[in-house]
Amino acid sequence: MTEKSNRRKFLKQVGTLAGVSLVPMSLVEIVWGKESSEKFTFAYISDSHLTQIKGTQFTTNFDDGLKRAVTEVNFMSPKPDFVVYGGDLAQLGKREEIDHGLEVMSGLRGVDVKWVIGEHDYYLDLGDYWQQKVSKLNYSFDHKGVHFVVLCSILTYDEWMDKWPSAEVRMGQMARLDNPQGSPFMVKDPQIEWLKKDLEKIDNSTPVVVLSHSPLYKIFKPWNFWTEDAEKVQAELQRFDKVTVLHGHVHQLLYNQIGNISFYAMMSTAWPWPYPTTYTQQQSAVPKLTVPMNRADPFAARDGTGWGFIDLDSGRANHHYGLWENPSRAVVFKGSQPEDSQFQDPAKQIPPQKHY
Amino acid sequence: MRLIILLMLCIVTSGWFELAFAGDKQPLGLPPVPIPEANPQSPEKVALGKQLYEDKRFSSDGTVSCSTCHDPLKGFTDHLPVSEGVGKQKGTRNAPTVINAAYYTSQFWDGRRPDLESQSKDPLLNPIEHGLKDHGFVINVIRDDASYPASFKEVFGVTPEQITIDHVALAIASFERTVIAGDSPFDRYLYGGDKTAMSESAIRGLDVFRNNGRCADCHKIDPKSAIFTDNKFHNLGVGFKRIEANMFDIVEKFRIAKNEGNNIDENVLTNAEASELGRFAVTLDTQDLGRFKTSTIRNITVTGPFMHDGSQKTLEEVVDFYNQGGEKNPVLDSGIRPLNLTDQEKKDLVEFMKALTSPQFVM
Repeated sequence: MTEKSNRRKFLKQVGTLAGVSLVPMSLVEIVWGKESSEKFTFAYISDSHLTQIKGTQFTTNFDDGLKRAVTEVNFMSPKPDFVVYGGDLAQLGKREEIDHGLEVMSGLRGVDVKWVIGEHDYYLDLGDYWQQKVSKLNYSFDHKGVHFVVLCSILTYDEWMDKWPSAEVRMGQMARLDNPQGSPFMVKDPQIEWLKKDLEKIDNSTPVVVLSHSPLYKIFKPWNFWTEDAEKVQAELQRFDKVTVLHGHVHQLLYNQIGNISFYAMMSTAWPWPYPTTYTQQQSAVPKLTVPMNRADPFAARDGTGWGFIDLDSGRANHHYGLWENPSRAVVFKGSQPEDSQFQDPAKQIPPQKHY
Repeated sequence: MRLIILLMLCIVTSGWFELAFAGDKQPLGLPPVPIPEANPQSPEKVALGKQLYEDKRFSSDGTVSCSTCHDPLKGFTDHLPVSEGVGKQKGTRNAPTVINAAYYTSQFWDGRRPDLESQSKDPLLNPIEHGLKDHGFVINVIRDDASYPASFKEVFGVTPEQITIDHVALAIASFERTVIAGDSPFDRYLYGGDKTAMSESAIRGLDVFRNNGRCADCHKIDPKSAIFTDNKFHNLGVGFKRIEANMFDIVEKFRIAKNEGNNIDENVLTNAEASELGRFAVTLDTQDLGRFKTSTIRNITVTGPFMHDGSQKTLEEVVDFYNQGGEKNPVLDSGIRPLNLTDQEKKDLVEFMKALTSPQFVM
């Protein structure tokens, strides 16, 4: 009771602060170095998991999450230069789900989308329909002096892809957590070769932003919060002064610093995942800096979900999380690593829920 | 008839007056009234506040006092969908009751003021409420009055020249902190141990209120007291249809107006579209679009009609509205969803709300 009321009081105070100090939107604002006149913003929406029930019937709750994000992007002022979609638009990779997702996303008013594919979009037809209707799997683009690279980070071993009796079974297997028959995500060597070539022409001082679905480091293998060949990708990015990786998949507020690379997870519009326990099979990369999200209120279906907002000041990211029905949070690059601007101090943290 | 009204007024006023000063007579079911350090209560200050609260001279045409829209005989409301100020001009919002307003952590439907003191100064200058050009008008009336200068001297130790609008605000707020009411059948049932205080139907209604109806998630009932609000802001969809089709333009226009220093208080009460922006008008946070403060539901039988725009006349209508999941809109609170209550549950819920009326407000 005391814990709860303290939290309420605290949330109230923070809410008041956040209300005046933050633009509560998931947008990415980039400002860097000498060419800071090229300041720009982009929004990021991710992990909507639109789920077909049958025919034109879809799970309302997940639809509402994506619709809400689209509405809020449309409210942004000034408008973002583009929107990144971080993957897992669909739940079981169905054409109907992807079509439905494109329809909802078409509600975005006058703004382009840069698409990243997630495993829920991929494992039914190995990305065929996505490539026909949505986007290439990996590509790069330059925007106002920043080099963006989109990777398809959710590939896996060929033997695993081929071992299932049907595409539906394969998709179902990849959609499970704690699946002993699962298989880790990979970028795979051909794509890493492509990345190497793509980066050849880029100067070390150019800020690089990598967009992937899975985190390009290793957090927790049983849930595939994991990219098996992450170290190889990180090695290609080491020579750059400023590298930011934005990823989806984990449905939680998460950030980390590995060498020169800052990692930020984006929120899901569908549901939050809990934080995994420490995984000790290999050296743990569970980010020590991460402060857990505020405990979600089960009354509000959208609590624990949302989208974010980043400004890249001098090529480093300051990330503002717009959390629906929960106070906004900011994770800012401070000194040499991202830190939560409000909750990093353990004394200010809200204790996680330990009972049900 | 007039005598009856007068008698009722006496009962009403003496009721809350006494309660506020007897520390040992804390109304059953209410927590202690939060009293700001900068504005301690005293009987003299409260009496002065009451006098100011009822003074119609503080309006452009001499017809409007605080009690015009927050009338003690009408549960400290006006029983109108939206209030009428000077020249019978209509505003955009339903007058919230003063009863137990002392427990809110922000004032007005959109929480645009943090406390009763700052709240009390705004309506005086609003063109459709008291319609004054400036607070100096009020101060002049007070200085020229036969009794006010002595009262201000006694309460605040100020000379007539030293009286400011802030003294007026302190006194009115002090008075309003005495307008508290508990002791309802619900309080006697839950906090007083009297299991016969509520009807069987109301007892079942309390269960619906806490469980299937999902009401108590926002209209809070705590173990030792209940103020029936979470002091937060929610979008139920009430009135949002008025702006939904043009919401992007309306929001953009409002942002520009606010950045140019437009007065929010005036804007939301005179502009029907701006009014529906709700909490957004204060924070400019799009998450707050169409969100309004959770009202207490104590004494709800005497404070209708309901919702920020007074659009719902009966408690049955209110229950039906929540039961259908509010009114769908792109920024509806995710906790608001269809409830699938049975007819019996709906009836019980209404009976429960009827058990929230304090004895001094039973009509």
